[in-house]
Amino acid sequence: MDFSFTPEQLAFRKEVEDFVKAELPPDWDDQAVFWPGSYGTMPQMESEFQEITRRFNRMVGEKGWNRLGWPEEYGGRNSAMKAAIAGDVLSYYRAPAGGVAVTIAAPTILLVGSEDLKREFLPRIASGEAGFWLAYSEPNAGSDLAAIKTTAVDRGDHFVVNGQKIWSSGAHVTEYAWAIVKTDPEAPRHRSATLMIIPNDTPGVTIKPIINICGNHSFNEVFFDDVRVPKKYVVGEVNQGFYNVMLALQFERLAIGSGAFKRVLEELVQYAKETTRYGRPLAQDPHVRRRLAEMAIEIEMFYSFYWQSAWIQDQGRVPETEASALKLFFTELGVKLANTAVDILGPYGLLDKGSPWAPFGGRVALGYLDSISGPIGAGTSEIQKSIIATRGLGLPRAR
Amino acid sequence: MDFELNEEQRILQKTARDFLKKECPKELVRQLNESDTGHSPELWQKMAELGWQGLILPEVYGGAGWSFLDMAVLLEEMGYNLCPGPFVSTAVLAAPLLVEAGTEAQKSEILPLVARGKQILTLAVLESDCGYDSSVVRTTAVREGDGWVLDGTKLFVPDALAADRILCVARTGGDPGEGLSLFLVDSRDEGVSVTPLKTISGERQCEVVLRKVRLGPERLAGPEGLAWPMVRSALDRAAVARAAETVGAMRATLDLTLAYAKERVQFGRPIGSFQAIQHYLADMWLDILGTRNLVLRAAWKISTGRPARNEVGMAKVRAGQLGRKVTTVGHRIFGAIGFTMEHDLHLYHRRTVGADVAFGDTDFHYEEVARGLGL
Repeated sequence: MDFSFTPEQLAFRKEVEDFVKAELPPDWDDQAVFWPGSYGTMPQMESEFQEITRRFNRMVGEKGWNRLGWPEEYGGRNSAMKAAIAGDVLSYYRAPAGGVAVTIAAPTILLVGSEDLKREFLPRIASGEAGFWLAYSEPNAGSDLAAIKTTAVDRGDHFVVNGQKIWSSGAHVTEYAWAIVKTDPEAPRHRSATLMIIPNDTPGVTIKPIINICGNHSFNEVFFDDVRVPKKYVVGEVNQGFYNVMLALQFERLAIGSGAFKRVLEELVQYAKETTRYGRPLAQDPHVRRRLAEMAIEIEMFYSFYWQSAWIQDQGRVPETEASALKLFFTELGVKLANTAVDILGPYGLLDKGSPWAPFGGRVALGYLDSISGPIGAGTSEIQKSIIATRGLGLPRAR
Repeated sequence: MDFELNEEQRILQKTARDFLKKECPKELVRQLNESDTGHSPELWQKMAELGWQGLILPEVYGGAGWSFLDMAVLLEEMGYNLCPGPFVSTAVLAAPLLVEAGTEAQKSEILPLVARGKQILTLAVLESDCGYDSSVVRTTAVREGDGWVLDGTKLFVPDALAADRILCVARTGGDPGEGLSLFLVDSRDEGVSVTPLKTISGERQCEVVLRKVRLGPERLAGPEGLAWPMVRSALDRAAVARAAETVGAMRATLDLTLAYAKERVQFGRPIGSFQAIQHYLADMWLDILGTRNLVLRAAWKISTGRPARNEVGMAKVRAGQLGRKVTTVGHRIFGAIGFTMEHDLHLYHRRTVGADVAFGDTDFHYEEVARGLGL
């Protein structure tokens, strides 16, 4: 057992830190909210941050950091630990980085994609030019993904797709749908769907904004009307879509921001030292001390899962139950941290972005709202617990 | 980073599992829970043959010279099997403290006996004000000739009834931080009386009254007045030890409960197929995974000589709280049968709640973590 980083890993962390500090605008902290463990305040999803997001991601691409976890033959470093370190630093500085392309599309294409797909997409994902959104959920298919109704009909060299997706985060700021669609509605549910890539600019794709409760346009509803998708854009085998989505979900659950938790805690500690209430610094209030200590412990526990999952991947294993555990813990921690922050800040904690009295530029208020999204998105907390119970602990499936 | 046990640790773990399964059955645990000392000399001797009491003692004193992380691996298995007796008191709390504080003569005399299972030790710190702060020590040691006279009442001294010697913290000066010294008290010394305290935790806590206990100069362990920092380190190690035992007890609770959830049928199906029960069990699994990581990390920090106060606090808080949570949820799932003496679940619950309040309770260790944050 060893809980330390190698000198090489520490040097790499420093390199990423130096890069992020040099390349993000000096007032970035006043602009970006990015509440950890949540999905509704990611700057890379917001239209107003697209220019910097694209510029920043191209630079990250030039550094080779979009493919740290890839095999060496595809220009990668074959190191989930390095990817986790980079992700930790980027998250700490709330950088507009990370997305479906790097965390889900690329690893899945590497595992099950055709040579054509690899050639077309991997270099552009690595360079930060190709962005993806997840076309999974539908109005009547949330946790029960197999209930999707969007169809793709085989027309020889292409499929024709009809249907609707919803809660499509980032569809308005990326280029491709990473879509699960029904290709054999008569087959048993789990052999009825196919994973495919659908370019947003294909005729028949309509993207309509949905404004989340933070006031951000982070997700959308997307309509497919007679959308022609070339067969070369099928990912993995036809009718094996649910299998491939499950494979991809494990990557999604690992692709999470860790550093932002630590950052918020540091900011709250600083706030407690500098703020006087009832004639003494908040930092001397036993309740405040305990709440912050509790967060420090939870964050440490979270980090242990985070590094452990990267370590498991680097051992050549797929962290199945651990991935669910990480996603579950990470989003519930986002809620706890938001509640702790609001409790410590009191009425100040509810001041929105733009208020001159708002501490941290209103990040706590928006983070409080955003934290609601964490345990819902990417497989709810309840779904994660059911996965742990049935797959990890071998309990019989609930009916 | 490496989250795996090394080869030696895996062997130690396997040996401990096999040995304890055979030599420490639940009947023995229950029998010792009812006894005064909570100690089985036969089991103790067999453990000594495996080298456990001397596992982390230096080889020059008959120990094996292994690391504290190795000890944590062993303690986790002991917790899993509810291994009774004065092991933590002797092998984790007192003997390593004597290594740090004792004179050469004390170490060469006592430590080889400990390693061979011939001597049981403990440490007496707390008094009626039961905080882990140097200011709670009111027991005095006053010079008389070239020796000392000790007066005071020690409380919550673990395993004092079984112990041959008690390392006793007493005040030799006025300054709260620097006025404390350690003395080797023999339970047969005149003026020493040991009374067991009845607890619900299955532990053997004692009251140790010292009335004009006259000790020769050779009983002072370590430099006069400077014992506290060494005692604090010993308490930190013991806190992690109890946390490691708790991780084992949590694992055992999950194993028991999981098996029950798969076989207990209500409404025509195993209760483990109900989401309410599944989510309880998933939470237990997650709590164990996280607590174990924190405990092993704290043990690793101690082993590598890094400052560990923060990690000790984190491990102790989480093991204390989640150990109680996991055993409590176990009770929910078992229902009435788990509330009976004949069922094993209460044995684990007793241990975990005992571990939570031992060596600094949750509030104490939260405060340590808060200080670590710079608050």
